[in-house]
Amino acid sequence: MVIAFFALLIGVWEMLVRMKIWSPVLVPSPLAVASYLKGALASGDLERATLVTVRRLLIGYALGLVLGLPLGLLTARFKFCEATLGVIALGLQTLPSVCWVPLALLWFGQTEAAMLFVVIMGTLWSVVIATDNGVRTVPPIYARAARTMGSKQWHTWAKVIVPASLPFIVSGMKQGWAFAWRSLMAAEIYVTILTGFGLGNLLNYGRELQAMDQVIGIMLVIIVIGLLADKILFSPWERFLYRRWGTAKS
Amino acid sequence: MMAIRDELQNVQPVKLVVDGVSKWFRTRRATVHALDNISLNIHEGEFVCLVGPSGCGKSTLLNIIAGLEMPDTGQVLADGKPVTGPGRDRMMMFQESALFPWLDVMDNVMFGLKLKPNLSPSERREVAKYYLELVGLSKFANANIHELSGGMKQRIALARALAPNPRVLLMDEPFGALDALTREQLYGDIQRIWQERKKTIVFVTHNVREATCLGDRVILFSPHPGRIQEKFGVELPRPRDINSVALAKYSTEITRALKRHLNPELVEVGE
Repeated sequence: MVIAFFALLIGVWEMLVRMKIWSPVLVPSPLAVASYLKGALASGDLERATLVTVRRLLIGYALGLVLGLPLGLLTARFKFCEATLGVIALGLQTLPSVCWVPLALLWFGQTEAAMLFVVIMGTLWSVVIATDNGVRTVPPIYARAARTMGSKQWHTWAKVIVPASLPFIVSGMKQGWAFAWRSLMAAEIYVTILTGFGLGNLLNYGRELQAMDQVIGIMLVIIVIGLLADKILFSPWERFLYRRWGTAKS
Repeated sequence: MMAIRDELQNVQPVKLVVDGVSKWFRTRRATVHALDNISLNIHEGEFVCLVGPSGCGKSTLLNIIAGLEMPDTGQVLADGKPVTGPGRDRMMMFQESALFPWLDVMDNVMFGLKLKPNLSPSERREVAKYYLELVGLSKFANANIHELSGGMKQRIALARALAPNPRVLLMDEPFGALDALTREQLYGDIQRIWQERKKTIVFVTHNVREATCLGDRVILFSPHPGRIQEKFGVELPRPRDINSVALAKYSTEITRALKRHLNPELVEVGE
């Protein structure tokens, strides 16, 4: 059924192209897109670009998580951090992360660092706020129960507060991922980083060359990466949350 | 194997002394006098029920014995040593089970055991299994918390509290949220476990009949400020049935005393 649906979709697409309603320059046939992808794969361009983009994304995202989690714990734990860092996080989270691109370019130039910076900024604030939120909604009785069982400060945080906040943290991670992915694509389209051509660059070249098959082909690759990330990065967490909490919190 | 047998059988009941404990809660608008000069001796292996209307400070006293809160004056001695914080010798059970949803049943029961030194992982597992067996839920070792009924949750919470082998069990209305039938089963269970494991139990409830069914003694509290009004000894053979006539006689007497302290005029008119 599902395969039939997509086959039909592609069929309709092909048919519309053959009816020559639009210029084939603007609407390439699915076959043209497929042959572009095949060629790009054969030359290795597509793999290289995907690798560059995914690497930027994963490293930046990991750094964002590693920074965001403890910061979120701090803002939840200390009034002072809440009033300072917490307010900054709240403010910066409302800033669309694409807006970091000009600043990143001025600060870091056309380097990998600029790309990482944009991804980190996309991830960080969502994770901080979600972690903070999660910790605040943990029922106090969990910590009390843990204390009577001999759990002390650090142990309580690591074994009770953080795991109890997981439903919130995971949804923050998802949001951070979405922000990071979007802003990285914007950054790659916006500027050429000489140390590596990402998918965004390929997309932009497609536009400059008026190669619509390339534009649509790269868009498809970007969609597939997004779907795979969801499956690989978040599905295991969501399955865990569903199994343990019994509710789908996503 | 030797270590496990020691772990399971080495039970030493503790004597608790509550000595002149007072407690105030200060909020921005008012100060509430929660406990006023409470003194109480609890003997080794005794089952003591604290009864009273809400706001009488009985739960606060339990928290102070647990070491979760500190008294403003007075002190609590466990085996002659002042209580300065929570300790594994005094385990607490709450009205909501407070089981951890991110762990399965087995890991919940193991939580306290993992914090207990001198036990190997396999010994901990063995001990946890023993207590799951004791509460009759060994089949559910790998279940998730949200899959359990209210009564099962409280049984697991009981197993979790018992697992580190505390000498005192502090129970804060543990059966308050359960239906009557489940509660009756648990009355039987808790009496059996108390006798088998030789615990000292302090049990907070507002249900007089429940207190009479479980307690060797029933301590009656009155509110504003929280004070001990009367102490009753319940001399009935065990295991007790909450529906027995003899028990009803005791609980009627205690209920009458409770009403007398709460609202003297009302009782005079009624009688």
